[in-house]
Amino acid sequence: MAEKKSCVKEITKGFLRENPTMRLVLGTCPTLAVTTSVVNAIGMGLSATIVLICSNIAISALRKVIPSKVRIPAYIVIIASFVTVVQMIVKAFLPALDESLGIFLPLIVVNCIILGRAEAFASKNPVLLSACDGLGMGLGFTAALFCMGTVREVLGAGTFLAGIQDLVNIGGFTGFDFSEKITSIGLSPVTIFILPAGGFFVFGILMAITNKIAQGKGLPKAELHGCEHCPMAANCTRRTEQEATR
Amino acid sequence: MKVFIALLIMGILTQNFVLSKFLGICPFLGVSKKINTAVGMSVAVIFVMCLATAVCYPINTLLEKNDLAYLQTIVFILVIAALVQLVEIVLRKYIPSLYKALGIYLPLITTNCAVLGVVVLNVDNVATFAESYAVNYGFAHAMVNSLAAGLGFMLAMVLFAGVRSRLEAADIPKFLQGLPITLIAASIVSVSFLGFGGIVEGFGLLTTV
Repeated sequence: MAEKKSCVKEITKGFLRENPTMRLVLGTCPTLAVTTSVVNAIGMGLSATIVLICSNIAISALRKVIPSKVRIPAYIVIIASFVTVVQMIVKAFLPALDESLGIFLPLIVVNCIILGRAEAFASKNPVLLSACDGLGMGLGFTAALFCMGTVREVLGAGTFLAGIQDLVNIGGFTGFDFSEKITSIGLSPVTIFILPAGGFFVFGILMAITNKIAQGKGLPKAELHGCEHCPMAANCTRRTEQEATR
Repeated sequence: MKVFIALLIMGILTQNFVLSKFLGICPFLGVSKKINTAVGMSVAVIFVMCLATAVCYPINTLLEKNDLAYLQTIVFILVIAALVQLVEIVLRKYIPSLYKALGIYLPLITTNCAVLGVVVLNVDNVATFAESYAVNYGFAHAMVNSLAAGLGFMLAMVLFAGVRSRLEAADIPKFLQGLPITLIAASIVSVSFLGFGGIVEGFGLLTTV
């Protein structure tokens, strides 16, 4: 019973309390790059989730076998293998998604969420808990991407879930398109939101909102303290800077 | 020649790695507080990017010849990681002054998406350039592209370090303090780079087929 409870806790913590993108500020590159549309965001989120669960399970199962001196290269090889598998599956079954995610699909390898969770969680915890942690973190990442994608796509392109038919077939549903309605009243979609600049802006605003919510719950503000979760923490300049000022 | 100039302009201005391709955001936000750390980090990135391309590009031809292209991701990341370690050891032994300046940044770069990104992009570019510009994208192109990407990273880092030092002194609403205002500032820097759009086509450096 106790284990069941902690499993649920590991899954739910990824959504707000320890949301990887909004709270731990990890994996910022894909967050900004692929959220130009909701469908891309979901595709990226789910691909990363699959890699995260698989690599967490593998690393947790091997945690007593891998010597700690070579653990980072070992983790990278495990993660890269799963990324290659996911890449092949996406290329084969969802070619349109592969096209729009482009190089960010292979770049899941260097996504700090995955290596970070391997180092911070999977290398210290049993398999089941690590799988739950992977699922929770992955879904939290997907949720954050979904929020950002929704804001950017609705404001920037005047559509919602456009191109969903490339991801799943829901009775020929091809997403909502309000762009004609918007132009008919003499307005036009705010294109800047799907340009790179809009990505930074929306991310900043969403982070301010999550900070506000977290503050109400008595949690600290999101800082770029990726350091504790980053496997390179010991060498990190930010940390050395912080220690120098202390 | 024109293509090389086009690659440089694209890498530095129109398709800046940080501000329009979103690669290397972590160091961009993390190490850009002071100009000197920003410069140190950028020099290390330029160095590793060029080195990684110089090594990975031939390896990729080898992989493709043997029908092993699916191993790209694993091979590239391992080669980059090993390379960075090697460079660190060599620098520490033979050029300690350079090691002192760049050494602390080197381990950070192993898992930096900008470095793996430039290597993967160079591989992808072979097909895209042949298809859309009828350019035979070879080793020299890949090297220039990596250099341009690194210089673009440096430009963004240094510019942003300047913006951030101003930001420190500004009176910011409480809910935006910290990362949110940094991201919004980055968005404004990114808008300014939009102004460069179209100069490559405008000067006729690259013509689409």
